[in-house]
Amino acid sequence: MEPYTWTLHEARAKLDAGDISAVELTASLLYRIEQVEPQVLAYNCVAPELVEAQAEAADHLIHDGKAGPLTGLGIALKDNMITQDLPTTCSARLLEGFVSPTDGTIAAKLKEAGSVVMGKTNMDEFAMGSSTENSATEATRNPWDLNRAPGGSSGGSAAAVAADLCLAALGSDTGGSIRQPASLCGVVGMKPTYGRVSRYGLVAFASSLDQIGPLTKDVEDAALLLNAVSGNDPLDSTSSKREAPDFMDGLKDGVAGMRIGVPKEYFIDGTDPAVLTAVQSAIQQMTKLGAEIVEISLPHTPYAVSTYYLIATAEASSNLARFDGVRYGNRVDNGGDLLAMYMATREAGFGPEVKRRIMLGTYALSAGYYDAYYKKAQQVRSLIAQDLTEAFEQVDVLLTPTSPTGAFKLGERTADPLKMYLSDIYTISANLAGVPAISQPCGLDGNGVPIGLQFIGRSFDEASVLKAAWAFENATDFHTARPAL
Amino acid sequence: MSIETNEVRKIAQLARLELTDDEVTSLSADMSNILAYIAQLNELDTTGVPPLEHAAEAGETMRDDTPRPSLERERGLSVAPKVENGCFAVPKIIE
Repeated sequence: MEPYTWTLHEARAKLDAGDISAVELTASLLYRIEQVEPQVLAYNCVAPELVEAQAEAADHLIHDGKAGPLTGLGIALKDNMITQDLPTTCSARLLEGFVSPTDGTIAAKLKEAGSVVMGKTNMDEFAMGSSTENSATEATRNPWDLNRAPGGSSGGSAAAVAADLCLAALGSDTGGSIRQPASLCGVVGMKPTYGRVSRYGLVAFASSLDQIGPLTKDVEDAALLLNAVSGNDPLDSTSSKREAPDFMDGLKDGVAGMRIGVPKEYFIDGTDPAVLTAVQSAIQQMTKLGAEIVEISLPHTPYAVSTYYLIATAEASSNLARFDGVRYGNRVDNGGDLLAMYMATREAGFGPEVKRRIMLGTYALSAGYYDAYYKKAQQVRSLIAQDLTEAFEQVDVLLTPTSPTGAFKLGERTADPLKMYLSDIYTISANLAGVPAISQPCGLDGNGVPIGLQFIGRSFDEASVLKAAWAFENATDFHTARPAL
Repeated sequence: MSIETNEVRKIAQLARLELTDDEVTSLSADMSNILAYIAQLNELDTTGVPPLEHAAEAGETMRDDTPRPSLERERGLSVAPKVENGCFAVPKIIE
């Protein structure tokens, strides 16, 4: 097998055994990028010289016996995590060419670990979207079917992992933006508990919901990458002071006796029968592995999308106020006064979906509507979180589909924003409640594209989520299926 | 719930978005549709339900107010669209 197909843990073993150097491993990935990237369009930016320099530095660390778990491993970053050495554009015209004067915590941690940052991946502009079609550059293609969307907003990261354009990637998840593209591209994607991973240097979309997490080729890699990025950060006051455990501990212990809840509201009309069938098979598989399946109800699930689109847009309208053409980003000066400059800069710099969400959020927060919309949504958010708290009194994890359908065709949902929003119906509750969740492949649909299985866990209990996912993966071979490219 | 074009223009002013006439028309339709869907929240009686503002753990987020290095002026200004005399420069604010 070509080195670019390896998982993180396979590559680690080969590097440690001296079977390959980081420079050779990286050369294999750069070769793959040269061959396949023009079709997939997963990256906004790859700088081969920088990649090679990082690989050489990694080889020195390995040679000196100073290699850590990620040293020499090629990892891609979603283009909303700031980096000193590469541009950070959020796939937005407003930030085209922007190079941050500092690294964010994720970039700093990867540097410290001696890993090789392959490049920055495409996304929906400012992470607003579910297909990566809202990118100011070009839409990323789904490696399984180049006429289909990779999902979003971390579609570039998911496609890069699926197409072997990196060994693993990081994305951000506000309402499903790691898990839904992972599902549509047939890879593993995890949103950790809110506060588990520092958001310092992540360009904010909706601060009470955003969380960074791994996209990987298997569950063990998700645990390894999560180990590298977790932990308290004094630069992010919302990062938890709890010590992050070693997520490899107990990963392979199995699910005998584990109580797995299946919420009836996650198996509704509008979900593709192929998805329902695949997820039902997964339930049977978990039973065979010794887990106990418990039917439960999360009665407020039907309100999750509405709640999310009020809270996320309200927070976005406030967060994106900083893009005013004064301190960074591309200014449009039409010769008028300051206000005219603000308005021209934002008009030219933001795409249609970002404008739509800023408008919706501004409306929801405006005088006379605050109680009816924003406060109401926060109250329903309480009810949704309460549903989950009560469920986790009975069960250890929940099992659901990740997305109601497999990958949809490019352009199929762009005309109807609401239909696109409903792509996230099964992923949003975990963000509203702040709990961890993972998506992993569990089959192919009638179009031959992947279906995703989701496990959701208690706050700060990523361990149970990973354990359930590893057990399913270990008993099946869906994760080994690769797109033909 | 219907958002008329004059209301779209008012909100756009608050949001500091110029918007073309075409954008105003399509936003009027989109926002009306989305708000009509969101109106489902009114089915729920939330009397007495406390709002959940974020999912972070309640905890000590205060820190000592001690000086520490921050971004140097030159690096901060290096990404600005326009700089004058070591400051961010903007168009005139008042006559």
